[in-house]
Amino acid sequence: MLEIALQGSKKYYGWIGALAAVILVGFAFYLYQFTFGLGVTGMSRDVSWGFYIAQFTFLVGVAAGGVMLVLPYYLHNYKAFGKITILGEFLAVSAISMCLMFIIADLGQPMRALNVILYPTPGSMLFWDMIVLNGYLLLNIVIGWKVLEAERSGSKPPSWIKPLIYLSIPWAFGIHTVTAYLYCGLPGRGFWLTAILAPRFLASAFASGPAFLILLTFILRKTTKFDPGKEAIQTLSKIITYALIANLFFFACEVFVALYSNIPEHIDHLKYLFFGLHGHGVLVPWMWTAMILMVLAAILLLNPAIRKNETMLAFTCLILFIGTWIDKGLGMISGGFVPSPLHHVNEYVPTIPELIITVGIYAAGFLVLTILYKIVIGVKKEVAA
Amino acid sequence: MENSRRNFLKVAGVAALGVGVKPAVNVLSAAGGGETPAAKVAKHENALTAKKWAMVIDTRKFESEGDLDKIIEACHSIHNVPDFSEIDTPERVKRHEIKWIWKEEYKHAFPGNENEYLNDRLKYLPFLVLCNHCEDPPCVRACPTQATFKREEDGIVLMDFHRCIGCRFCMAACPYGSRSFNFRDPKPGIEKQNLDFPTRMKGVVEKCNFCAERLAVGKKPKCVEASNGAIAFGDLDDPNSEVRELLRENFTIRRKLSLGTGPVVYYIV
Repeated sequence: MLEIALQGSKKYYGWIGALAAVILVGFAFYLYQFTFGLGVTGMSRDVSWGFYIAQFTFLVGVAAGGVMLVLPYYLHNYKAFGKITILGEFLAVSAISMCLMFIIADLGQPMRALNVILYPTPGSMLFWDMIVLNGYLLLNIVIGWKVLEAERSGSKPPSWIKPLIYLSIPWAFGIHTVTAYLYCGLPGRGFWLTAILAPRFLASAFASGPAFLILLTFILRKTTKFDPGKEAIQTLSKIITYALIANLFFFACEVFVALYSNIPEHIDHLKYLFFGLHGHGVLVPWMWTAMILMVLAAILLLNPAIRKNETMLAFTCLILFIGTWIDKGLGMISGGFVPSPLHHVNEYVPTIPELIITVGIYAAGFLVLTILYKIVIGVKKEVAA
Repeated sequence: MENSRRNFLKVAGVAALGVGVKPAVNVLSAAGGGETPAAKVAKHENALTAKKWAMVIDTRKFESEGDLDKIIEACHSIHNVPDFSEIDTPERVKRHEIKWIWKEEYKHAFPGNENEYLNDRLKYLPFLVLCNHCEDPPCVRACPTQATFKREEDGIVLMDFHRCIGCRFCMAACPYGSRSFNFRDPKPGIEKQNLDFPTRMKGVVEKCNFCAERLAVGKKPKCVEASNGAIAFGDLDDPNSEVRELLRENFTIRRKLSLGTGPVVYYIV
């Protein structure tokens, strides 16, 4: 089926070329980082994880979001998702590829990455994260590919694929749970030390992932005449509504516990993020933007008329996506490191090389996504013809 | 399998710390010959040993910050800890800073215990802080490669600089901010290299090792030596040790006890 990705219009090749150019620039900057060390980033002794790990965390969510299609379609036999479930699975493949690239970009000694396998350490959450992420990647590649192949040849997918599909459903919850466990089991990091972290990660994932998918289907419809079906989009928008409200609710729970208990270790991070601490507050405008966007998106989504208006729905999905991205891809990680466990306020701001490497990895992810979606659309056209 | 890995860790630990120390080199060459289950790390005849090493810092014995600076300088110079202040911008120097033992005001060393109306000496004379060599170290739990590990025989939390992948999970896990990362090649920041201790490469984490390389040849940690008797070091499991004596006779505090990490660095205030 790969040959389908090789036949495209000028526009298609133009897009691929543009992505390749961005990837090359990003890679050049990565080589600079590889030579000098992670000192080219804005990370420091106090904020020892930054933009890369934040993007990784956010994208694990986008990948897990695909299960919001797989679950209704395969467990509840919800036919309306039949056409787009494959899009959710391939979105997960692209998102996990980016996650793995972000992890590698964040390692001080990337050449030693395999030490995680050579000296397996089940006590470390990173060991499990490696297993669940690679497992999820493999599951989605195999499932997506086999199901698509069957669709192309007009036959049924092999019977051994069913158990894998069922396995992929709890696995999706697993990847984001383990990712939350990276953070929420660390003593002395009050911001993350909360049992609500994994549920909140999942809720925000089930909002941002499907919202991104809606936007993607709209783009596909514009560029390829692929029709996801009105019902599928409407159901997805309802799923997003519930997930977004759950995310806001979980956040409110967290804020209540921190504020009402008034324990400095928990409250100081929220203070830093939303009001600034000891005169430091680079993230304050960002965090308020994120909150306003998420609350606004929730209000809009609750409105059936707005959900049914596809222009408004696209706008809402966009602000939702931006809001959750700032919340998780910007605030969640630095917020946990500031103030430091010794209560120093040393802020983190990503550097230009760091941002360019990040954009390069996103471009690589979009390249994977473009190729996979090209194959999907190609197969669907073949079958229809 | 389990057994050989433990043995390997022991050897690797000594190897990482003891390069240049002759007995360790001999051990390495001996262990390299064949993986016999009986392979043992031969000890230097003068090696200092303990069941559980611990430190007591008597802050009353420091008179000025100069006393503390002397200790920090002594530790950092023998461990090839770089100082980039001459070769980079102040902002980057701060970001890339590496420290094994350093000064913190009381309110930062013991956050949550700050007192508005504090005794003047405590308010103005900083505390020395370093790795607490916890009984249950969160950094060891977090490390995905066992590059940082707790040496069973004496409780020291050690690093294998050659296995560390630089994921910095240990830095997020440490509640004492005791770990530093080599954000760049440290060598340009080392003024006079101590050839008896390895330098690190960029991309790995490092921290205080309770001078395991000195204990192995019968010397107490450098900070103890440079402290004029203000810092005591000994076996917490030995009721007759100097540290136990001090703990019996003085009221001591430790950092962030509520987290259950079990730090073994005690402070007399």
